[in-house]
Amino acid sequence: MERITIDPITRLEGHGKIDIFLDDKGDVANSYFQIPELRGFERFCVGRPIEEMPLLTNRICGVCPEAHHMAAAKAADAAYQITPPRTAKLLRELLYMAFYCTDHTTHFYALGGPDFIIGPDAPVAERNILGVIHKVGMEIGGKVIQMRKFGHKVVEMIGGRKVHPAVAIPGGVTKILSEGERKEIEEMGRWAIEFAQFSLQTFNDIVLANQTYLDLIVGDIYRDETYYMGLVDKNNKVNFYDGKVRVVNPEGKEFCKYAPNEYMNHLAEHVEPWTYLKFPYLKNVGWKGFTDGKDSGVYMATPLSRLNAADGMATPLAQEHYEKMYETLGGKPVHQRLAIHWARLIELLYAAERWVELATDPEITSSDVHCKPTEIPTEGVGIVEAPRGTLTHHYWTDERGILTQVNLIVGTTNNYAPIQMSTKKAAQHLIKGGKVNEGLLNMVEMAFRAYDPCFGCATHSLPGQMPLEVRLHDQRGELVDVVTQSAIPEPLSNAEIA
Amino acid sequence: MSKPKFAMYWSGSCGGCEIAVINIHEKILDVDANFDIAFWPVAMDAKVKDVEALEDEEILLCLWNGSIRNEENEHMAHLMRKKSKLLVSFGSCATEGCIPGLGNLFPVAELIDTAYTTLTTDNPDNIRPQTVTQVPEGEITIPAMKDRVHTLAQVVDVDYFMPGCPPESHQIAAVIDLVIEVLQGKAELPPKGAVIGAGHSTVCEECPRQRNLKAIKAFRRIQDVAPLDPELCILEQGVPCNGPATRSGCKARCPSVGAQCIGCYGPAEGVVDYGARLITAFASVIDSKDPEEIEQILDGIPDPAGQFYRFNLADSLFQAGAPAFKKNEV
Repeated sequence: MERITIDPITRLEGHGKIDIFLDDKGDVANSYFQIPELRGFERFCVGRPIEEMPLLTNRICGVCPEAHHMAAAKAADAAYQITPPRTAKLLRELLYMAFYCTDHTTHFYALGGPDFIIGPDAPVAERNILGVIHKVGMEIGGKVIQMRKFGHKVVEMIGGRKVHPAVAIPGGVTKILSEGERKEIEEMGRWAIEFAQFSLQTFNDIVLANQTYLDLIVGDIYRDETYYMGLVDKNNKVNFYDGKVRVVNPEGKEFCKYAPNEYMNHLAEHVEPWTYLKFPYLKNVGWKGFTDGKDSGVYMATPLSRLNAADGMATPLAQEHYEKMYETLGGKPVHQRLAIHWARLIELLYAAERWVELATDPEITSSDVHCKPTEIPTEGVGIVEAPRGTLTHHYWTDERGILTQVNLIVGTTNNYAPIQMSTKKAAQHLIKGGKVNEGLLNMVEMAFRAYDPCFGCATHSLPGQMPLEVRLHDQRGELVDVVTQSAIPEPLSNAEIA
Repeated sequence: MSKPKFAMYWSGSCGGCEIAVINIHEKILDVDANFDIAFWPVAMDAKVKDVEALEDEEILLCLWNGSIRNEENEHMAHLMRKKSKLLVSFGSCATEGCIPGLGNLFPVAELIDTAYTTLTTDNPDNIRPQTVTQVPEGEITIPAMKDRVHTLAQVVDVDYFMPGCPPESHQIAAVIDLVIEVLQGKAELPPKGAVIGAGHSTVCEECPRQRNLKAIKAFRRIQDVAPLDPELCILEQGVPCNGPATRSGCKARCPSVGAQCIGCYGPAEGVVDYGARLITAFASVIDSKDPEEIEQILDGIPDPAGQFYRFNLADSLFQAGAPAFKKNEV
């Protein structure tokens, strides 16, 4: 059997490798999306004090440390049975919204966006953020830089550091916001709303107005019918920081809705020997393998999933765009994976609007930011929506609040089975008769890039490079050819890569 | 004339170092103007084969972030060393193992066993990841984990060390300015082995909080005392703060929002073993001469291993054959 290996895949946060096997006609027989790493946070966090978890688990992922910081703090609140003061919650959420704006901007313009803005089969050297700036001009490039700068400035003002903030502790936060800081944050938030609208317009002009791209989005190459998961508020609107987890079925009907401490009744993780990452699935549907449809417990947790799982957005401008997206793509739920990019920009707008709501809340500058623990800690679950999916932290402690057990189900991990399915499907559509080229391989990579996967996060492990290399094996499994994205090099054994 | 080549690679890290580099904002355009970016997987599509095709030392500057956790990391460390003229151990993971270095408190088999037996894991056949798996279509492989977390300098020769988890962006910008000045013949490189992009003293020295040389009768946990007095030394308020042993360079950012220093910039200049220095510092604020009482006070630190070696375990004196901080000081 012929084999194609994509290693490492690029423009995502983390390590990974795709092995594609071809049958004797040169069509795709199967593919394996492998994650080569594990760091072991669930073991080495045992023995550590619970108040350190927001700091230690930050280091699971430096791309979304804010998500781990918040989930850890919420799990610690729950373990001590504390409800933090309202201002503490507002400050945590405000930091989190600013982070979301930065993170979604990074993905659209630097990671996923280049495929559209530069083109999926454009020269390798141009298909990156610098290529984007060269193409769209320094003026827009400057706005992107400004958005990232503002977002990180807020994270630093409230959290202490731009990467790996230090502010959330069991029972609240350590920082009191001054009126001067609040005002500055509000102004930056108003600018962020403008920027988000501008980004949606850019998406409209560059992607939706281009028939080739539109066909790519609505076509079958990047489509799977799965369950969708997302956190919702009491009105079933999308929320990133708090609420209940809602899951809808492939027809868009509510399948279940659970509070954080009920997650174990709904989720389980499947294990395969050929990868370090596990495959979460809906326990009450069951694991049926890498297959979509109503009988398979595979679910997706991405910006598009959150929009599919909710009844709408809690802010007015984002709601307008929410309606427009479903109108354009033919109603809910949307199964086309490339629409995740669109949903991400709608979330960017929501996060910016919410940023201003929080920054203008009269209680945001209150000094009532912490509530001391009074109960003996036992066990707690904290859930937030990380940009790349629902993030669950579950801790058990002894009576001193020293961890005795840890369970983590992390953003991207939720999407591991859908990513495995999407890349296989894309490969099956794009690789026929053994014909492979760099542009086609990049279009296979686009299947996972839509998810904005962060395998540093997912494996509680090491992000690293994920280049793309295709390895062709004949029916006896012998290597006959290797194609990489940028050149046609000599064959290389798997052992050399490992 | 072709521009010198720049590379950035990540191994056993979290991606925060990459974000910190992108957070130099406009200055990234200076990098673009002065360098060809030869390899940077998070941001662009060049692959390992492109690096292998380069001449030895053809990459002028490689920022390596991440520890050496598995065999692939080690393989890549050797490759990037060979292809790079200047290899920088960038950030805490590469330099001292960082938080994932706490994995060295446990045998690697235990790290793996825990991950595949958590309460939500459905694993009736008790499967563990295999380096080689026979699937119906053929054989697929993943790298083996190493027995412990290694720092970059424990596996290859390193030219410079840049601490921080992650390094602060203003420090990265300063280092990039320096390298560009060197390229233009306006400055000289620091001596090999130097710590760059950091200060020469401790976090306490750049922390604006007031120290009164006040001794303490008990260590207290932050959730029991927050919010702290914003003007006074955190350690003197009884919360274990790692400032006294930690290298300066971050502008004491965490204490600025009421949180203790957790030590991410690694050992201060001249410190051989981070934990030993911190223990000394903590001992010096204890207000007692009675050995029993001192022991009682020290019991107030709930997790000594984590407190004293949170970022530094993989590079500490505890690690066999790892000379703790062998970097030259400049």
